[in-house]
Amino acid sequence: MEFGVPKSMYSKHIMELYKSQKNYGLLENSTAEATETNSACGDEITIQLIVKKNKVQNAKFSGSGCVLSLVSASLLTDKIKEMEVKDIKNLDKKDILKLMGFSITLSRMKCVMLPLEAVKKALR
Amino acid sequence: MEINNKVAKQLKRDFPIFKHNPKLIYLDNAATTQKPQQVIDIIKNFYEKGYANIQRGIYKLGEKATELYLNSKKSIAEFIGCDFKEIIYTKNATDSLNFLSYTLSSIIPKGRKEIVLTEMEHLSNLIPWQQLAKREKMKLKFIKLKKDSYELDIEDMKKKITKKTAVVCLIHVSNSLGTINSIKEIIKYAKSKGAITVLDAAQSVPHFRINVKEIGCDFLAFSGHKILGPTGIGILYGSKKLLEKLLPFTFGGGAAKDVDFNKADWADIPARFESGTQNIAGAIGLGRAIKYIQEIGIENIEKWERKLTAYALTRLKEVPGIVIYNNQKNSSGIISFNLGKIHPHDVASLLDAEGIVIRTGRHCNNLLMKQLGLGGTCRISFYFYNTFEDIDALVSVLKKIAKKFE
Repeated sequence: MEFGVPKSMYSKHIMELYKSQKNYGLLENSTAEATETNSACGDEITIQLIVKKNKVQNAKFSGSGCVLSLVSASLLTDKIKEMEVKDIKNLDKKDILKLMGFSITLSRMKCVMLPLEAVKKALR
Repeated sequence: MEINNKVAKQLKRDFPIFKHNPKLIYLDNAATTQKPQQVIDIIKNFYEKGYANIQRGIYKLGEKATELYLNSKKSIAEFIGCDFKEIIYTKNATDSLNFLSYTLSSIIPKGRKEIVLTEMEHLSNLIPWQQLAKREKMKLKFIKLKKDSYELDIEDMKKKITKKTAVVCLIHVSNSLGTINSIKEIIKYAKSKGAITVLDAAQSVPHFRINVKEIGCDFLAFSGHKILGPTGIGILYGSKKLLEKLLPFTFGGGAAKDVDFNKADWADIPARFESGTQNIAGAIGLGRAIKYIQEIGIENIEKWERKLTAYALTRLKEVPGIVIYNNQKNSSGIISFNLGKIHPHDVASLLDAEGIVIRTGRHCNNLLMKQLGLGGTCRISFYFYNTFEDIDALVSVLKKIAKKFE
């Protein structure tokens, strides 16, 4: 049996994204907002969106989490800008893994999926 | 057999998992322990060479299986200092505590409407009592945790336990902090107020000598898988006096002495509580695990774990930004910590990349984490097969992790 997570989970690129905290913060005039928590560790990600004409114009995130959940939130809030709401609702695990650029071990899947769950909750 | 680093390395060889995964550094023993060859073999042999149901068949194979099953129970009884009739097999400690939360209500005197727990309870010793309180309209009270020393507040305990207290249930060793609670004092006080006392001993029985009669508790629960045994087998000790008064919780074959169309007379203890075919192989495996522990000597295990813990507490302080949540005086081989603001899950994943296995998160200690204002911690926990090298490897990787996040 193999042990250990893929080293790419904490590559230099991912660590830089984590430290940059891109899109972290609050949005004035947000039109939609939701918070999701990970019951296993207590992490909490809040997503704020400005949605106009069924399109996301701006997105930011706040809260606390691990490297994987915060990087996922940074990348996801970038990706959904200018996206149609209906297309965002169709995003799934596959898309998140593509965004992250590497495979995630089972026990950490919830971490990377947390921001998307919050986005979908905000768009409900 | 006194354990030192060399002996610990020899003992490690009894555990096939380390042969198959030579790089594995296993520091999650509070979650579950690895299994020695002796335990694996006895289960395998039982299924291959001597399998039959117990206490039913009038044939040799069944008699032999019954003997193995009962001998295991006798070993366990001897190990914790009670009569074997006072041992009930369950699935695990959680199952033992759930059993009590359902059956005890029939013997709680009217007028006693309070259940006393502590702020450091594991969810398995919290939620069952919340449910009992809801069903019987009882009130829950919690003995406070001293946040500076990570121990229970004895003065507060004396305020919480009163003549209104029906049951006092508490954890012996905190599964997050490693604190060994002053249970003799608490149980003595609870008994003086006439309360029923229950001890969650999941993190104590595997690590140091327990004698239920010396402790004086009415009930005690622990899991087999945390003491080298297989999963799916646990123990509930109950004093004969109280067990005699309890009704079965699950009904079926074995629970009754005599049965008519509309009624049943209950069997003697402990058969009354063990209806249906039991986890026979699990019980036999657990019995062998206890024998293995006795061959080493539980006192030797305790001594070695103390040395490991002291060494770890000293070495961990070398890691930049580390915060250790440990009483440092009266603690078992469980140490919780955080590395500055680095998320515990990130620490765990990065350790995992180097073959080091630890537990992170809340450790089913939601109340405790809330009281300490923590989202979670990193937790290491030892068993006698751990070595100084395991700790050295941990400290070295933790230093690398701290650097990565600078």
